[in-house]
Amino acid sequence: MSVPPLLEVRGLSKRFRGLQAVDSVSFAVPKGGIVALIGPNGAGKTTTFNLIAGVFAPDSGSVVLDGAEITGRRPDQACRAGIGRTFQVVKPFGALTVLENVMVGAFKATADSTAARHAALEILERLGLGDKAGIVANSLTLPERKKLETARALATQPKILLLDEVMAGLRPTEIDAMVRTFAALSREMGLAILLTEHVMRAVMALSHHIVVLHHGQKICEGTPEQVSRDPRVLECYLGSAPTAATGSG
Amino acid sequence: MRSARFPILPRRVAAALALFIAAMVALPFFVDSYIVSVLVVVLFAAYFGQAWNIVTGFAGQLSLGHALYVGLGAYASAALFVRYGVPPWLGMFAGMALAALAGSVIAALSFRFRVGGVYFALLTIAFAEFTRILFDHFDWVGATSGLFLPVSNRASIDLLRLRGSPVMFYYCLLALTLGALALSRHLLDRRIGYYWQAIREDQEAAQALGIDVFRYKVAAMALSAAMTSVGGTFLAFYDNNLYPDTVFAVGRSIEIITAPIIGGLGTLFGPILGAFVLTALGEAMTSLTGSFAVSGLKQWSYGVALLLIVALQPAGLWPWLRARLGLGAVRR
Repeated sequence: MSVPPLLEVRGLSKRFRGLQAVDSVSFAVPKGGIVALIGPNGAGKTTTFNLIAGVFAPDSGSVVLDGAEITGRRPDQACRAGIGRTFQVVKPFGALTVLENVMVGAFKATADSTAARHAALEILERLGLGDKAGIVANSLTLPERKKLETARALATQPKILLLDEVMAGLRPTEIDAMVRTFAALSREMGLAILLTEHVMRAVMALSHHIVVLHHGQKICEGTPEQVSRDPRVLECYLGSAPTAATGSG
Repeated sequence: MRSARFPILPRRVAAALALFIAAMVALPFFVDSYIVSVLVVVLFAAYFGQAWNIVTGFAGQLSLGHALYVGLGAYASAALFVRYGVPPWLGMFAGMALAALAGSVIAALSFRFRVGGVYFALLTIAFAEFTRILFDHFDWVGATSGLFLPVSNRASIDLLRLRGSPVMFYYCLLALTLGALALSRHLLDRRIGYYWQAIREDQEAAQALGIDVFRYKVAAMALSAAMTSVGGTFLAFYDNNLYPDTVFAVGRSIEIITAPIIGGLGTLFGPILGAFVLTALGEAMTSLTGSFAVSGLKQWSYGVALLLIVALQPAGLWPWLRARLGLGAVRR
């Protein structure tokens, strides 16, 4: 008997003008599972994220979270349904302190300022931003801003966390620390994670399952071992062999 | 600083505020009627600035048409008083309801159709101007010939009907300004205040954190409009005459936003500080105008003050002063 997945994406498609950004993509994330969405630049990873998080409505297909259909919901509704997301191009509330940034997220679960403050401080400690709590977000470094994105999303107590390249710009030791943090969050809180990442060190260490996108289509999926050996994956990352007929660059 | 983690008024700010309130309460006993009348102008500017600061300073939605809400508050309470003898303390609720409704409709129309930024600002001007022209033809409130309140003996004080001396208005406005300060501080420390600031800083990120930005922006506008209209009621009973072309003037909308920008947009004390600085400047220039026979010096000085602030201290005077006073821990 298989348990229904926490997040199920079925036949998701989105077209921008002439570009088919996402082309009937389907995959699932089980409860507590960590799934990576990888692919070259322009593969449709961020668009897929935006379709799940409600930034755009898909042209077709559906998104089901924990048994509830959330296709085409607004971003705030998607968040309240249990989707926490970070932005690849970070969007800190620049004039607010790090603590206040995270409190904004924590207010989803409580209307009480003191409770929100405590919840936010706890998350900041967990992500190693505790000593930056009183600092204005504008004065953080880029890696710190990426962490702040994650902290804010976590504060909304999501069922699934969508991480859009949060490791970019981190040093290898910091990447390993973040990987440990996310693995622990997933293990201890049953938090599901869907991530896109170019840092393969993190993808391989963290994910249970990998979905590969290319030109908006899913070209393969499987365990990290399976995917890293798949010839189609190598082809789209490293370029095609001279014999293969292809017009793409 | 560590204390920035917990936005409680630090002792030094609380002490400074207590001193300021005590001084303001005592002042009318020591100064002449000219100074009192100037302080009334200061308090009007401070209060209107605080009300505007809610929607633009906190929630980040630029309104350039707040004269509309001044006018609705002024006309509603004055007309009810002149026509039916309704005391202004009741009439102001009619004004608040009207202003909140107008603010909500303007905000809802704009934000529903994703009109934002500069276009939202233009729309607020358009609605204020449109209402001004409407009132020019609104005979029930006197149209262009104006609406007049019965002028009373300024020596006696009738608080219920707001007929009395400038000192009475001074204390009313002082209470109003302090009330607005307390309300602003309270809101900033609650969920709604955090949500407004999040929307101001980054709307997309705010939405991703579960904030219904439409609802919170409309709420900011409605509250700001209602607060502004209360000031309009006092203005009507202080001035005793209302003409659409002065009450709803674009110039008034601009004057409303000048004090908070100079004092510090989005800060708690900025609008009050800005009102003092600007009014003092304006009065000084007006007296110079008398001796030099140059007109428009006041408007010039406002322009120069704005330019200097934007160029040198874009965050406003209060953040600068706060740092100088060693109150660096309070960011607002």
